[in-house]
Amino acid sequence: MSLNEQQIERYSRHIILEEIGGIGQEKLLASKVLIVGAGGLGSPAALYLAAAGVGTIGIIDADRVDLTNLQRQIIHHTSDIGVEKVKSAENKIRAINPDVTVKTYHQFAKADNIREIIRYYDFVIDGTDNFPAKFLINDACYFEKKPFSHAGILKFYGQLITVLPSKTACYRCIFNAPPPAGVVPSCSQAGVLGVLAGVIGSLQATEAIKYLLDLGKLLTNTLLTYDALEMDFRAVKLSRNPNCPLCGENAEITELKDEEQPVCDLKNCKC
Amino acid sequence: MKLIVNGKEDNLVEGLTVSQLLIEQKVKMPEMVSVELNGRILKRSEFENTTLNEGDKVEFLYFMGGGNVTK
Repeated sequence: MSLNEQQIERYSRHIILEEIGGIGQEKLLASKVLIVGAGGLGSPAALYLAAAGVGTIGIIDADRVDLTNLQRQIIHHTSDIGVEKVKSAENKIRAINPDVTVKTYHQFAKADNIREIIRYYDFVIDGTDNFPAKFLINDACYFEKKPFSHAGILKFYGQLITVLPSKTACYRCIFNAPPPAGVVPSCSQAGVLGVLAGVIGSLQATEAIKYLLDLGKLLTNTLLTYDALEMDFRAVKLSRNPNCPLCGENAEITELKDEEQPVCDLKNCKC
Repeated sequence: MKLIVNGKEDNLVEGLTVSQLLIEQKVKMPEMVSVELNGRILKRSEFENTTLNEGDKVEFLYFMGGGNVTK
């Protein structure tokens, strides 16, 4: 694949970078990234990856756009309320960059469909909002040997880590299993500063591009935590956990399964 | 004794266990925290019997979903 004149102009600020150049840009155009969740994290990730010219972007999301999403899920506009999130995201991506092929999956990521979907992609971005999905993505990427960026946000805090399965610490190396039922309040009770999703989702997109172009040092074996109130970033060093139930020495998890959603109701919540 | 907790030096009483440190640091929901001690992730069952020593580096790593409370 070689770049046409329009593309040379569109991507000129990339191409001028010695580390990217025309070859790097062509690589991006030939790359495929899957974004699981077109929400707070997935929005900026999808917008920047589209603008960057990542040739194929897949988006999984079973939801429709809701008024409460618009405070942070910047790929969706007021006029999209009620529209499938994957459709809304697809429209924006196409509007930004017609070079991008968008594949949409209007469904929940589940144990019985996710491996087949991620197999097609080079890199996965976890932009989900719940723990069962986060564990499912971690495990599916392990079995399919796909690199991915994990992230989470709450209130004024965010964190992310890049995982190269079997090579670097995975999500289960840190968090063995989802938190027990009854301790996790639902998302709407805690709140989140909207722009936080923009910061963390953009960092996830950065990691995707670095991985695709083999640039710099990835955020592996390191959990980057961000405190917006203190404006403090910390890199917490980690290593693979020999007791990890997925990638450890005596791994017990040998196949994908759906974890239960441990969300408690308000009455029984300890928060 | 001096410990480094989440990157910050803190002065704490001798002989503290990881479970006690979680209480001392006012972690409201310990079920939502993984603990890394000097670079090693502890099993939950080790919290009770692991005694901390001068200079130990402890990290509390919080579960974060999409706007879930962990502190």
